Amino acid sequence: MSEINLKSQLKPDSNPGRIEELEAITIRFAGDSGDGIQLTGMQFTTSTAMAGNDLSTLPDYPAEIRAPVGTLPGVSGYQIQFSSREVLTPGDAPDVLVAMNPAALKANIKDLKKGGLLIVNVDSFNSQNFAKVQYAKNPLEDGSLSDYRVIPVELSRLTGNSLAGLPLTKVQVERCKNFFALGMMYWLYDRPMDSTLRWIESKFKKNPLLVEANHKALHAGNAYAETAEIFGHHYRVRKAPIAPGLYRNITGNEATALGMVAACHLSGLELWYGSYPITPASDILHELSKHKNFGVKTFQAEDEIAAIGSTIGAAFGGALAATGTSGPGVALKSEAIGLAVMVELPLVILNVQRGGPSTGLPTKTEQADLLQVLYGRNGECPVPVVAAATPSDCFNMILEAFRISIKYMTPVFFLSDGYLGNGSEPWLIPDAKRLAKIEVPSIPSSADFKPYKRDEATLARPWASPGLAGYEHRIGGLEKAEVTGNVSYDPDNHERMVRLRAAKVNKVVQDIPATDVLGPRKGKVLVVGWGSTYGAITAAVKNCQARGQAVASIHLRYLNPLPPDLGDILSQYEHVLVPEMNMGQLLKVLRAKYLVPAVGLNKIKGQPFKVSEIEAGVESILKGRSL
Amino acid sequence: MEEDITALPASGPMLSRKDFVSDQLVRWCPGCGDFAILATIQKLLPSLGIPREKYVFVSGIGCSSRFPYYMNTYGFHSIHGRAPTFATGLKCVRPDLQVWVVTGDGDGLSIGGNHLIHALRRNVDIKILLFNNKIYGLTKGQTSPTSEQGKKTKSTPQGSVDYPVNPVNIALASEATFVARAVDTDLPFLTEVLRRAALHKGLAFVEIFQNCIVFNDGAWAEVSEKALRDDTTLTLQHGKPLVFGKDKNRGIRLKNGFVPETVEFEPGKPPRDLLVHDEKAPNATLAHLIAHLERPYFPVPQGVFRSVERPVLHELIDEQVAQAKKAGSADLQKLLAGSENWVVRSA
Repeated sequence: MSEINLKSQLKPDSNPGRIEELEAITIRFAGDSGDGIQLTGMQFTTSTAMAGNDLSTLPDYPAEIRAPVGTLPGVSGYQIQFSSREVLTPGDAPDVLVAMNPAALKANIKDLKKGGLLIVNVDSFNSQNFAKVQYAKNPLEDGSLSDYRVIPVELSRLTGNSLAGLPLTKVQVERCKNFFALGMMYWLYDRPMDSTLRWIESKFKKNPLLVEANHKALHAGNAYAETAEIFGHHYRVRKAPIAPGLYRNITGNEATALGMVAACHLSGLELWYGSYPITPASDILHELSKHKNFGVKTFQAEDEIAAIGSTIGAAFGGALAATGTSGPGVALKSEAIGLAVMVELPLVILNVQRGGPSTGLPTKTEQADLLQVLYGRNGECPVPVVAAATPSDCFNMILEAFRISIKYMTPVFFLSDGYLGNGSEPWLIPDAKRLAKIEVPSIPSSADFKPYKRDEATLARPWASPGLAGYEHRIGGLEKAEVTGNVSYDPDNHERMVRLRAAKVNKVVQDIPATDVLGPRKGKVLVVGWGSTYGAITAAVKNCQARGQAVASIHLRYLNPLPPDLGDILSQYEHVLVPEMNMGQLLKVLRAKYLVPAVGLNKIKGQPFKVSEIEAGVESILKGRSL
Repeated sequence: MEEDITALPASGPMLSRKDFVSDQLVRWCPGCGDFAILATIQKLLPSLGIPREKYVFVSGIGCSSRFPYYMNTYGFHSIHGRAPTFATGLKCVRPDLQVWVVTGDGDGLSIGGNHLIHALRRNVDIKILLFNNKIYGLTKGQTSPTSEQGKKTKSTPQGSVDYPVNPVNIALASEATFVARAVDTDLPFLTEVLRRAALHKGLAFVEIFQNCIVFNDGAWAEVSEKALRDDTTLTLQHGKPLVFGKDKNRGIRLKNGFVPETVEFEPGKPPRDLLVHDEKAPNATLAHLIAHLERPYFPVPQGVFRSVERPVLHELIDEQVAQAKKAGSADLQKLLAGSENWVVRSA
């Protein structure tokens, strides 16, 4: 019977306290969006980073702030992979699932590895909650979980016991249960608890009672896991061989914001960030607004159009200027981006992509805005585009976006996505003194000044801001006469200006470094990626290479213009495979520009690629099967 | 005029009107009301003692929005309806500049209505001139948000079904700190209103009745023609009763609580219960009431409806930056390091 079945899974290990060595573990925490799952995951991440493992995370939260408690739409998840080796993704499938309620179990159980560890809060497994997710019977008792090692824990009751005597409300006690669970996980995976204890102290410093309660819950969970002998033994994942230095954990959105502050410092210019709240880009506005001491001005505009309008105005005034949004916001900003192209002012437009079209999947990731940022404007309207590959790479690429924008006097797109923005990884903290300065080109003397007279090397026009005597001039969205910038409807001038604006953007190729090729310079298959697919592609290609397959990969950070060596690289392989979280947008560009018979591997589920999915794609090509 | 001229930037060399005339051919239709407004501003600016390079004229799209091309200052002809957004960003990073926005009834109240409201409520230290001709001119004659109901235009051959908005009331409802109105045919009066707008610290909103000679000629004739305007307009003066008419023998008072009415009296002997204008009133109730005086029952008020002080956006932003600088040093390395970090030593 199911009852017996469950008990047999719980048979204590003959050698409790034994430590088993593991190379890598993937854990997913899942629960109601009010259960503090993101917080639990982030705390586990910090402790894991401090324990010296390499790691990667994937938060996955609902678009609703508080969907009805206990329902499937309200399930929030947080996955982390940590390892004693290099980690490039949050893991394909979790080895461990912590499910705080039946909804979390139902939404996530299909991903758990067979034989994986399933820790559930049995206190929430009642008929009321089963009904909310259409469980006809208690899944813990109907045999449906026999493929997994199920550990039922009375999380609510045990947390309550551990806090007995403290003058807490029932709700406050209930809110501590995630720390009880976290304490258990710390024992199970031999993590230090210090950073979480410190975090609790600082978070609740105004309420000593909550500090005590959460400390107690964390310790109680830890002690329970050790003494109750439910796990049998615990695990150790040794430190990863990581380059020495000072590290921190960072999400893509944090790295983007810090990169913008750094750009401010490196250019000596004040930063103007005009933005309108939108998921998943809002965190950049939140983070930047904390750093006004660096000369950062943030502006929550009345809409997306006002956000970019204020940014173009600030750029006209000589500030470092940026506006951040996601795809729907880019749609609204399109006309203004066209204006910025016409008036040739430097600004950066950040697009933290999400699932589309329209409102789409606000909290899920996708790469389906590439063609939008390349071509989604009226007229011939070229804009340089760069894309970050990992959360910490957001720091490098946002700096690059500013550098290009100022050097070439042009709006520049910086692409990130929900996976990069919210995902985190350890970051070797750069030495601020060694970051390259962002040079602001000087302007000619007023006698030589013409608003649209271009620099020969960059084709950039001079950035003469209002307030300078002798440089008074007018700019605008009407076609400009070459050199003078006066309004011109002359047909030949128009064609020449269209070509000049395109030529200027193409000049950026002179700044693009040689493309790194992972693997053989010639071979069977080249996997070409861009953006947040970096981790999955790299891990997959390394696995293929370990099997002796002639497979290489490149990852594009410059999407317009494309790297000058790209055509030569593509020509060295029999097959070109382009995995993208869209219907094949980079694929179209590559096929059009290089006339290569590249094929796409496309996933449009709002979820990042798994390593195994990329490997399967490569295998298919090697075996001559169609994808 | 009570504003403090010393608050303005130090004066440069004496400038004249021609210093503000650009080399571009003015391309408005002959007889357009915009010519008079342009000439008025070109004449006014040199008298303010502000260096020419400090002026920036920002506009959207429409006939009025060609204005920056004709001013020999810095200028930005942007996109339809969005001029206030460009001006906001510009002024906030460059408080030293004098930023003027030129817009029209279509640009400012239709496609750009949202931005207008928010610039007004934020009290951005810019001047917004809304040229109101009650028609779309540049797109060749369609109904605008200020066109009267029933107006026959190319897009409304049976007459417009939309009820018009009153720009002054939009500005007042958006908590603008300076709201005024003038007509393009009374240049001395327009000059004085614009001078006060220029000297106001904060957002100054001025509606200018302007004639479109091609698509809506005579739209304002009743209040703009010299022979009629004494009886059809009411000139607002702070602290003075609302009196109008060629013989100054008519006035506005309230009956039954809050309902305005016109009264006639013997010249020089106004009744004591006439409404007295107070542009400095802390709330805009009286200004709203006056702004609702409309033809044909009342004279059209012109002049300054409201002129109050409130902190301006760029100063509030700068104050927060200054506070942040006082509270924490700008140490980039410390910021990058974050609060939780760890050292990995070489194996």
